[in-house]
Amino acid sequence: MTFTTTPIPVTEEAPVVAAPAKSSRLVAWLILAGGVLYFLIPLGATFWWSLRAEKDVLGFEAYRRLFEDSRFWPSLTESVVNAVAAIILSLLIIVPTAYWVTLRIPKLRPVVEFITLLPFVIPAVVLVFGLIRLYGRPPLLLTSTYGSSRVILICAYAALSFPYMFRSVDNGLRAMDVRSLTEAAQSLGAGWPTIMRRVIFPNLRVALLSGALLTFAIVIGELTVALFMAQQTFGPYMANLTRSKVYEPSAMAIVAFGITWFAMGMIALITRPGKRR
Amino acid sequence: MSGGFLTLTGVRKEFNGVVAVEDFNLDVTEGEFVSFLGPSGCGKTTTLRMVAGFEPPTSGNIRLAGEDVTYAKANERNIGMVFQSYALFPNMTVADNIGFGLRIRRQDTAGREAKVAELLDLIHLPDKGKSYPNELSGGQQQRVALARALAISPQLLLLDEPLSALDAKIRDELRAEIRRIQRQLNITTIYVTHDQEEALALSDRIVVMSKGQMEQVGAPFEIYNNPSTGFVASFVGQLNRLPATVIDQAAGRLRVGQGEVRTTSGVESAPGTEVSLMMRPEELTLDDEADNVLEGTVETVTFLGSIVRVQVAVDGGRLIADLFNERLLRLPVAGESTQISFPAHACWVMV
Repeated sequence: MTFTTTPIPVTEEAPVVAAPAKSSRLVAWLILAGGVLYFLIPLGATFWWSLRAEKDVLGFEAYRRLFEDSRFWPSLTESVVNAVAAIILSLLIIVPTAYWVTLRIPKLRPVVEFITLLPFVIPAVVLVFGLIRLYGRPPLLLTSTYGSSRVILICAYAALSFPYMFRSVDNGLRAMDVRSLTEAAQSLGAGWPTIMRRVIFPNLRVALLSGALLTFAIVIGELTVALFMAQQTFGPYMANLTRSKVYEPSAMAIVAFGITWFAMGMIALITRPGKRR
Repeated sequence: MSGGFLTLTGVRKEFNGVVAVEDFNLDVTEGEFVSFLGPSGCGKTTTLRMVAGFEPPTSGNIRLAGEDVTYAKANERNIGMVFQSYALFPNMTVADNIGFGLRIRRQDTAGREAKVAELLDLIHLPDKGKSYPNELSGGQQQRVALARALAISPQLLLLDEPLSALDAKIRDELRAEIRRIQRQLNITTIYVTHDQEEALALSDRIVVMSKGQMEQVGAPFEIYNNPSTGFVASFVGQLNRLPATVIDQAAGRLRVGQGEVRTTSGVESAPGTEVSLMMRPEELTLDDEADNVLEGTVETVTFLGSIVRVQVAVDGGRLIADLFNERLLRLPVAGESTQISFPAHACWVMV
């Protein structure tokens, strides 16, 4: 089971057209219903299955066993820590880069945009083999211990988050008048650290949060890189569980789904329009 | 150079080999209000940005209060700046915006609050300290931006088209406000605008610029009434231009179409030279009472409220006359023939 990271749909008001005929409206509803069923049936079935751990009774036994599993909480915690570390690293790289590109070298925007998109183009398997080849032997031997491998894993996650993070930050920067705000702060005596801390970061809050939450959602369930780096995170734990247990994986899928939706809900809540920033 | 408060000497700016500002020389005295006036792309904003420290000059020298600030960083100059887009920090309240510069200067809280309150009074927004910028109107936001720039007690106040984003009504109010505050604080001010009316109304002196060059520097009255170049004459105010031929240089007599006119402004060209005769629309009247009288036909009549703008075709060209409206005025009618006249001192010759 992997996490889905579909972006929050932007609800725009449909353009006003002539009132549709009854039949076409019916077709629209049928398509919607089909789509909803396409998502809900597997989800419902999974949930149903997860409740049947005890013979002849519906109940949350699978969830209880899952939460009592000695590997569940440690692996989840490890992934959460990894996610937070990756988010911080990603922010420290992307925010100054995007800011500088917007302010000083807008011509380079397409190049930077392309670079940040690379994680979409390069499969995770390729990425991880590249990492292992580079860091798995001297002079850059960093895969020798669990801890140092974890550092590489976090760096890899930061890279995986670039497409989301750059897009969020870039949108945030475009939504404000970066140049004028920077110059206004400069003329009032502020240096670069102050401008970043007091003007740029606070005004990017919403953009940063949405980028961070998307990163969180990716990292929590990530399997490929973690597996090849022999890390005991949540992703490999889920995969392992799927192979060895019957009901728990379904319960896990529901829990994972819940976490993802919680993250999505947070984004929607924070980016709610009309809220004072 | 002489001891101006702000002195620009031989300032030049190139962007990738393209000259944006060339040979800019200006002395601004303390407390003076100087406008840079010109069409977009004339280099006025670039010059302002060099004074602010956002762009280094390619060559030349900028001195402020006796100090060479040519290459000083923007945040090391004590200069207040107001932007066309207001550029208020959206994450801060009005009070925090105004107090931002003081916070950077590590002024204590009490002193900062007192200064902010004083400035909120100055801009007539005493109750808005706790509001956020997006809760204010455009005019109010620009007032706050002005207060923010003034909070640091700058040596120099720079305004970059501060009224361009505002409605006409608010623009007029805020224009008066800016001038009042500037006089009250006696702060040396440079004001960039493409709006000649703003420049004329506000400034002690105007620098008219075109294509990176200074065209003329002078008081508004001087710029308007004695433009030194064709560009200044046509950019500042409306201007009539009639083709003419010099008849008698000394007497200032010229041939216009089949008629003849006289100017007292001096003619430098030899008889027979083709020149342009210039005059302001408000100097023309639809009668035969002034020194020079031309016959013509009314083409259009535009009622503008306080002014009635009449376009008249005359032999050799077209003239616009601005008549002051009065309740008993008989409006000319398009197509009727008319006489149009202007005094000899009101017209001048340009080659």
